[in-house]
Amino acid sequence: MIDREKFLGHVSEPRVAIVEEGFLKFFAEATADPDPIHFDAEAARAAGHRAIVAPPTYLFSLAMGCPPKSGELFDPVNGLGLDMARVLHGEQGFTYHRPIYAGDRITLTTTTSEIYDKKGGALEFVVQLTQAVNEGGDLCADMRFLTVVRHG
Amino acid sequence: MDSVLQEEVEVGTRLPEHVCGPISRTTLALFAGASHDHVPLHVDSDFAKAAGMEDVFAHGMLVMAYLAQMLVRWRPQEKLRSWNVRFVAVTPVHATVHCRGEVTAVFEQDGERRARVRIGAWTDQDLQTIDGEADVALD
Repeated sequence: MIDREKFLGHVSEPRVAIVEEGFLKFFAEATADPDPIHFDAEAARAAGHRAIVAPPTYLFSLAMGCPPKSGELFDPVNGLGLDMARVLHGEQGFTYHRPIYAGDRITLTTTTSEIYDKKGGALEFVVQLTQAVNEGGDLCADMRFLTVVRHG
Repeated sequence: MDSVLQEEVEVGTRLPEHVCGPISRTTLALFAGASHDHVPLHVDSDFAKAAGMEDVFAHGMLVMAYLAQMLVRWRPQEKLRSWNVRFVAVTPVHATVHCRGEVTAVFEQDGERRARVRIGAWTDQDLQTIDGEADVALD
């Protein structure tokens, strides 16, 4: 079971993730994304954007690629130490305030907001909320990530 | 695109179905790299079987990315306000994914008209893998 005393309500250090254009193009290729604003800077500009636009779910990957030093799900020393063989992605949500673009430096802060169990501890649930703020200090998006751990 | 935008949106309006895949092992390997999600359940059959799964299965976020494509085809990305999904079943390797959505409400919020869309993903075996809701600005 997760150490709730240590991690319930835990707020990670803010960390800066750089939105790399090459990774956005790779993401578009891997998802066979048909929308050129996600991989072609000219098409993005023609559609009124200042650069390639990060697609709606990209914040999840940005956060995975730039994990916090403390409170990360799998880190056995400074994080929750979850076993990768026993996790399932339960729920995922996003609320958007403004776009995230290639080249942006996004500050991510992750709060472990809920830890609870069901079925007598056979299933444990962890909710992490991540805020994404751009260099101008504007909130771009909020993300909610629920992980299920199978202890049974 | 213009003809879609001119359509009146009301309860019961269906989004054009968006079909993706089939999801090959190569798709999963590429997505693992592109998404920074290195959980081996999605790319390493030995690991997945040792963990009690039949085989590798798709990242939930890959299927959610397909659902995002459906939403962004229907209305521009900057109109997407919020969405939440539940992963209700795993998407097996080789599955083709059918993304569908239907408007369940049209309402005013923060001075704009929005549609609430019930969205879901199904495999070609008609297994529902994602169930969710999205709020999309209409004007």
